Amino acid sequence: MIQQKIKNRLTKEKLMLWGVCLFAALTAVPLFAILGEVLLRGYDQLSWSFFTEPTPTAYKAMKAIEAGEPIPGGIANGIVGTMIMLGMAVVVAVPVGILCGAYLAENTKSRFANIVSYLTDLLQGTPSVIIGIITYIWVVVPMKGYSAIAGSVALFIMMLPLIIRSTEETLKILPSSLKEAGLALGGNRARVMLKIQLPAAFGGIFTGVLLAVSRVIGETAPLMFTALGCSFMRFAIDKPISAVPLLIWEFFNDPNLQELIWGASLFLLLFVLTLNMAAKFWCRTKVL
Amino acid sequence: MSDKLYKVLLFVAALVMPTVCGGVIYALVTDAYEAFEHFGFFRFLTSSEWSYTEGAEVYGALPFITGTLMTTLLALLFCIPFSLPVALFVGEYFKGTRVAAVLSTVTDLLAGIPSIIYGLWGFYTLRPIIMAMNISPQGSGVLTASLVLAIMIVPYAASLSAEFIKMVPNELKEGAYSLGATRAEVIGKVVFPVAGSGIFSAYILAIGRALGETMTVTMLIGNTNNIPDSITSTGNSMASIIANQFGEADDLRLSSLIAIGLLLFLITAVINMIGKILIKRARIS
Amino acid sequence: MQKTESIKPILEFKKTCVSYTKQTMAVKYVSAAIERNTITAIMGPSGCGKSTLLRAVNLMHNLYPNIRVDGEILLNGDNILSMQPIDVRRRVGMVFQRPAPFPTMSIYDNVLSGYALNGIRLSKSEKDATVERCLKSVALWDEVKDVLNKKGTFLSGGQQQRLCIARALAMKPDVLLMDEPTSALDPIATKHIEELLLELQKEVTILIVTHNMGQAMRISSRSMFMYLGELVEYDDTATMFTNPKDERTKAYLTGKMG
Repeated sequence: MIQQKIKNRLTKEKLMLWGVCLFAALTAVPLFAILGEVLLRGYDQLSWSFFTEPTPTAYKAMKAIEAGEPIPGGIANGIVGTMIMLGMAVVVAVPVGILCGAYLAENTKSRFANIVSYLTDLLQGTPSVIIGIITYIWVVVPMKGYSAIAGSVALFIMMLPLIIRSTEETLKILPSSLKEAGLALGGNRARVMLKIQLPAAFGGIFTGVLLAVSRVIGETAPLMFTALGCSFMRFAIDKPISAVPLLIWEFFNDPNLQELIWGASLFLLLFVLTLNMAAKFWCRTKVL
Repeated sequence: MSDKLYKVLLFVAALVMPTVCGGVIYALVTDAYEAFEHFGFFRFLTSSEWSYTEGAEVYGALPFITGTLMTTLLALLFCIPFSLPVALFVGEYFKGTRVAAVLSTVTDLLAGIPSIIYGLWGFYTLRPIIMAMNISPQGSGVLTASLVLAIMIVPYAASLSAEFIKMVPNELKEGAYSLGATRAEVIGKVVFPVAGSGIFSAYILAIGRALGETMTVTMLIGNTNNIPDSITSTGNSMASIIANQFGEADDLRLSSLIAIGLLLFLITAVINMIGKILIKRARIS
Repeated sequence: MQKTESIKPILEFKKTCVSYTKQTMAVKYVSAAIERNTITAIMGPSGCGKSTLLRAVNLMHNLYPNIRVDGEILLNGDNILSMQPIDVRRRVGMVFQRPAPFPTMSIYDNVLSGYALNGIRLSKSEKDATVERCLKSVALWDEVKDVLNKKGTFLSGGQQQRLCIARALAMKPDVLLMDEPTSALDPIATKHIEELLLELQKEVTILIVTHNMGQAMRISSRSMFMYLGELVEYDDTATMFTNPKDERTKAYLTGKMG
């Protein structure tokens, strides 16, 4: 009786172990399924011209399809648009985010800092589509049109909380002796922050920025209401502009351009995952 | 730079947060006002009509609130059988080993995939499977969207749960083993109860993610403006109706969409706040 | 039958070895027999392998895949190293250094946690009787009988440790292992536990690791001295303390070592 019971319990234990392993392994399946599909279907679209030419018009694409040729053109307009908007967003978000993060790290007990900290969480949890609405109301309506500026504002708002958090957390785990030693040598607080604390925290902050970029670079919904998209190469920041995820969305909706989906997705996916891994790797080797 | 100026500079930078958040709420409320005024707040929430025939415009949020709740809850349901094993694998069974690090990297990568690519995969791979299995004729719908949504939230739920499972003191586990428990029994009767509040908060935050997920749902839910009558039928979530119609809407419809945005903002804000508070409590104890 | 069993040692180490890595052994060829209903103290400087030896007895080492246990450990004549861990652990209770009652369970449930963990169902009256018996035998009953539904973590350190002893006793073990059970407690709580152990040896055989020589002298009838993984000396406590045979034991007892 007792032996039988022990046997049952041990069987249960084994079942649980195998169950956990099985289901944990199954979780990896979607990753490889997605990577595999995008890779296999997008691989042969990648060519030099894919990165240097803008999207073809629907008419051109249709003619190519009728003639049985591959669709001409590429996603250069999207890459340029993404870079322009991302560049503008990073240039503003990094200094503001670092200063704000430094404020939170230096004023842990103040009531205002608590509120700011809470609002950072709030903004970080806000769905990106709402950031799109907000930017539309703030920027697109007053400027009477969609623009790269509007798109970069949306990306800025999404990046800001991520940079604030990583700065705050990295500064907080620096040993306090570092700051004290700097102050003891007669540096004022600004100089100690600039010359000692921030350089020491560089690895963590840089990781945070990389992760923030990789998080927003694939965002589609907020750009739909702000940058809108544009089928040719454009460098003006006050006009509608394209972005890689916007192009994917366009290709998805346009039967003539569907062939281009996978090349664009492969590019976006590789870019995002590389940034992601680079950030993780950097974090593991560099932080402190 | 003097200490005083430095302090002022930091403070001014910190002011960005209240300004942005205040601006978000102000903009949403003022622009949603027209819809609420026109239909009445509760009528707007409970009306299931969404029709933009000129002159007889009627907008109600109920189909989309229902769609959001259905997709989120289903996604949560589908996510648990995968995220819990991953959390146990990483946080208990293979804690600190190389396989656990590999699995963590896999889930990190899953978390990094942009939502539009999840949408594509759902549309081109999962949807045909659903159709082939005769679950629904057109393949898109609440079920399809929820399945992909579930994959998207597994990493969040799993990594946070694993963190709390790892924190269960070894003394308690050894105490349980010394009484003759098997590992399964230790997990069920000691690890889960002790890490329970943390795991619970992890799922609350995962819900917060799923609520606002836009592109995936937009591409997979089928985009019909009715209350889904079963999990296989089509519908729209709060986020997907905005993504679908915001570009073409004006006046009352625009205001109604913004009103839905405001509701979505409030719901996610509340869910996230609850999650954060619970996490803080779980970490302290 | 009962007679012969009580003469035979209840627990016997035969060339027991424990190794954490392939190169180094933490416990080297320990052989010793433990008599029924005695308290045996295991002493030695920290890192000498005394806890490692103790944890071998209820197969705690099986939880960690890279630890190897060799030789034999006989419980009532059966080699536990070839038995099911969950079976052994129910018959060999253990009390750890730091009191750690299960924080999610009440005092009542903590005492019964062994049954709950093993999936054994008891009737309400059996449960009540077990709780009362075990809490009485650790002299905790009078202090907690009105707050049985409170969480165990509300108790003081000494009370928590007694609760952990009660939790182990509830499974009616043959042997109770104690790994420095008083090192996290204040002197008064320590004294309570020591008195308790002297009482408890009537029902259970106790093997206690201690770094406190006074404690060994006060409660144990037999003592082991371990050094660098070896069992240097094993004798009646009184003999060992008055007339140690090995130089190393002498050095330790006179405070010239660790």
